[in-house]
Amino acid sequence: MSVFKQGMRGLFISLWFMFLTFPIMVIKVDPIERIVRWRWENCLYIGVGTFLVYFLLQYLLHRKLQSVESNTEKDNEPRESIIHRIIANPQQRNIMVGILLAVAIIFPYFSSSYQTNVMTTALMYVVLGLGLNIVVGMAGLLDLGYVAFYAVGAYTYALLNHHFQLGFWTVLPIGGGLAAIFGIMLGFPVLRLRGDYLAIVTLGFGEIIRLVLENWGEFSKGPSGISNIARPGFFGMEFSLDSAIIYLYYLMILFVIVTIFIVNRLQDSRLGRAWIALREDEIACQAMGIDKRKTKLVAFSLGAFWAGIIGVVFAAKTTFINPASFTFLESAIILAIVVLGGMGSIVGVIFGALVLILLPEYLRALSEYRMLAFGAILVAMMVFRPQGLISNIRRTYRFDKTQSLNVK
Amino acid sequence: MKLMKSKKLIAAAAVMMMAMYAPGAVNAADTIKFGIAGPHSGDLASYGLPSVNAAKLVIDKVNAKGGINGKKIEMLIEDDVCKPEIATNTATKLVSEGVQVVLGHICSGATVAAMPIYRDAKILVMSPSATTDPLTLSGEYPNFFRTIAPNAAQSPTMADFAVNKLGLTKIAVIHDKGDYGKPLAEGAKKAVEDGGKGKVVLFEGITPGAVDYSAIVQKIKQSGAEAVIFGGYHPEASKIVSMMKKKRLKTEFISDDGVKDDTFIKVAGKDAEGVYAVGPEDVTSNKMSIAAKEEHKAAFKSDPGAFFDGAYAATTAMVNAIEKAGSTDLEALKKVLQSEKVETPVGNINFDEKGDAVGVGYSMYQVQGGKFVVVK
Amino acid sequence: MDYFIELFLGGITRGAIYALIALGYTMVYGIIGLINFAHGEIYMIGAFTSFIVATVLSIYGFPLLAIVLIAGVAAVIWSSAYGYTVEKIAYKPLRHAPRLSPLISAIGMSVFLQNYVLLAQTSDFLPFPELIPEFAFMEPVAHIIGSSDIIILITTAVIMIILTVVIKFTRVGKAMRATAQDRTMAMLVGINVNRIISATFIIGSALAAIGGLLIASHVGQINFYIGFLAGIKAFTAAVLGGIGSIPGAVLGSLVLGLTESFATGYVSSDYEDVFAFSLLVLILIFKPSGLLGKAETKKV
Repeated sequence: MSVFKQGMRGLFISLWFMFLTFPIMVIKVDPIERIVRWRWENCLYIGVGTFLVYFLLQYLLHRKLQSVESNTEKDNEPRESIIHRIIANPQQRNIMVGILLAVAIIFPYFSSSYQTNVMTTALMYVVLGLGLNIVVGMAGLLDLGYVAFYAVGAYTYALLNHHFQLGFWTVLPIGGGLAAIFGIMLGFPVLRLRGDYLAIVTLGFGEIIRLVLENWGEFSKGPSGISNIARPGFFGMEFSLDSAIIYLYYLMILFVIVTIFIVNRLQDSRLGRAWIALREDEIACQAMGIDKRKTKLVAFSLGAFWAGIIGVVFAAKTTFINPASFTFLESAIILAIVVLGGMGSIVGVIFGALVLILLPEYLRALSEYRMLAFGAILVAMMVFRPQGLISNIRRTYRFDKTQSLNVK
Repeated sequence: MKLMKSKKLIAAAAVMMMAMYAPGAVNAADTIKFGIAGPHSGDLASYGLPSVNAAKLVIDKVNAKGGINGKKIEMLIEDDVCKPEIATNTATKLVSEGVQVVLGHICSGATVAAMPIYRDAKILVMSPSATTDPLTLSGEYPNFFRTIAPNAAQSPTMADFAVNKLGLTKIAVIHDKGDYGKPLAEGAKKAVEDGGKGKVVLFEGITPGAVDYSAIVQKIKQSGAEAVIFGGYHPEASKIVSMMKKKRLKTEFISDDGVKDDTFIKVAGKDAEGVYAVGPEDVTSNKMSIAAKEEHKAAFKSDPGAFFDGAYAATTAMVNAIEKAGSTDLEALKKVLQSEKVETPVGNINFDEKGDAVGVGYSMYQVQGGKFVVVK
Repeated sequence: MDYFIELFLGGITRGAIYALIALGYTMVYGIIGLINFAHGEIYMIGAFTSFIVATVLSIYGFPLLAIVLIAGVAAVIWSSAYGYTVEKIAYKPLRHAPRLSPLISAIGMSVFLQNYVLLAQTSDFLPFPELIPEFAFMEPVAHIIGSSDIIILITTAVIMIILTVVIKFTRVGKAMRATAQDRTMAMLVGINVNRIISATFIIGSALAAIGGLLIASHVGQINFYIGFLAGIKAFTAAVLGGIGSIPGAVLGSLVLGLTESFATGYVSSDYEDVFAFSLLVLILIFKPSGLLGKAETKKV
């Protein structure tokens, strides 16, 4: 395309956006005082801004095309990202893990308690993401009500702590277990549903749990919530706020490691393969003799279990919970973590959680433009990397003639 | 190999450290750090942004005069989206940035969640809007103050007015299922029942943001209620009131401080006529309130929103306390706040032992001719 | 009995309100299989545009009828433009992406549009001018059903009929159905699939805009957040009726509206949404593809 043509196109697009944003950006009315304010300057900003963004995108696209052209010879082999290459190589992987672990361990000593606190939140979402990844990424069941299980865990701890003074460690397995039972309860009625019907039912389930918590005041104290929930202790020791934050941080590091380990083993297990088969083709999967019901139910309950565990941690971390924390938007964010990171990919989910949770915190500098930027980034990421930040490598087996006889 | 590993580690650590400390590196000790926390984005932003404006107006004035005892006030504005879990992050952030006093939080739930963090850090917190009782009445938070009266003072006012002033006996109590509206409604229900004269014929919650409320209005009509007591905010109130007018109901509508907002009259228009709402004692004749509104109009070219007066008052009181105490030490500030009266848009106030403002009570208003008028 | 009729009519109105939004959902889903979470925001933008235009016109002293017409046309134009642009930016590049990517993109778009209106306009609730006057002849029954209820019911019915006719008998409609059935095949027989998808978004958004104008005028207030809850409810209704089916969306909306109304009237409004969602679960257990959805038979 010639520069002139591109210029015309850019001009046209910016005119289109000026038209598009005209009523909302330019006119501001005060219906009481009956005053109209025409903010023509906004129209100008939009026009110029769109024009610049358009050219930036064109330039980036141009460069990308050029690099693709020069790479065509090498392109015969499937290109792998650096991270995949590192994971594939055990030695490099160990070094990488070692570095990450070391950084994670010394992190609280180099940062303020706020940073540690935010990082703890991010780690919680890593585990949540990994849990949902079992359901959505591996088994391919779209769950929009994941937050319900998170709420179950949180309320289990809050209520047991409030009424019976049970400690964090006692409730941790109870919360996880109870959430898993709820997972099965949800799983049963939706076994027959597919795809987006499943999505809306799970969404409804999440809303039902929240509404019950909101309305059944005798049980859950309603919207006022439960305050003064005990922070986790360490063999009966109580902590001050600062050390409790650091303690929770290390706890979460431990949880993340355990979760990664288990999920990783699961993925390679018989069950994990059954999930992937289920995701790819239900009918073929059944034909291969996999019990569809059982496989789905296990996926739901295992996913819910992690949410329940993190729910307990959440209640212990904030020391106050009310139903407002468990809205649909929360489910959407956890889902976004899984999809953004790369469905089915463990490393991807970790990255997704860190990006999505840390991003709004560090975007605070933009103050009121924060959520605007967040939405835009979500769209942009999907448009430019629809398979996620770090996509899952499909397990492939190559048939090698020379060795074919040795394959067991 | 080992050496390399540790070198990398150190390098990584150094990078991390730099990344972490770069933004907060400028740490000027000669300012007073004034935290402002509340919802500044999301669906409840309209309750949080006015208090930011109020604080800006007061603090800009103080800074223009050279600050307090030569120290300028620096504002640290943090968004908590009215969510408890974000509020704890916000609070930790403010504390680790070294704030000395905090204006906020706005929503009760978020405030309750954040308070333990401020309490442990011994930081004075003053909210213009968090009305839930335990914040002051439980005595758990000695560092908490507010320029709005607690719910405990509000719900009996509504019940008493309906039963004793208007002489109505059948009362329907409706709430918005929120952490503000529901406790208020429960309090009102209890007050009506304890009073002995009135009877609660309906007690229900509605879904905020629903497209219409015709079913609940029909139910009110069916219950034969003579008055509706509503606990919640103005958007729902105006929808219910309009729907009641549409269905030709003559039931009285009595509501709370969340409804006593000029936006309610603007939105409900002529349907708002005759609605009763409890609100902080009359400040329309208060010179400072009028002046504050004018300032807001001049600076932001719009009318101030909810809790503006309260936030203006809280900021003024805190600035005054810092000036008089000569420090930001919690005990010193408390002493000033409790002993010295200060002129604010909500009246000439000081604070009691528990942290509630003395001289801030509730009175009943009625919408008459497009304005809230005090009912004597 | 009066009480029953009142609740019934209230439920029908609420259902008609949901239907105006659900139709757009179901059309988009039928064609590209995407849950367009930003659809609620398009409805909100339609309401805002008509609010702005109507208020400006009333300040300049236009007569009511002219205001309604111009505001309606403006809302339709701009909502369609937004729908078209959103599709081009956020969904079109994702045609061949994994199934969930457009969903996340849609959620992102929804957050973006909400905050865009919040920043460009205001966070406050705004009074929406009363564009539907109270008809004098309705006065005797006004305590049961209002003028705006009647207008909403009629509009929904008319739109549903027009839409059904358009999809059944016109060229565009046929092309739409072809695209919905098999996109590749449609391309092979010479249908410009991109244009058809754009057309679907434009029609869906235009309906949302009409909904925005009518509903905002019925409720009397708007703010930047109204699209979210309405969107979720409308989506529920569309699924209930069988997503992808036009009469299904209307039926699902009516069922949902009636359930909510009766649940509030005879049980408690505390659990209004619990009833709505429980009904959804129940119906889907027995009819897994909704009331009027076609059962999917999968050939192997």
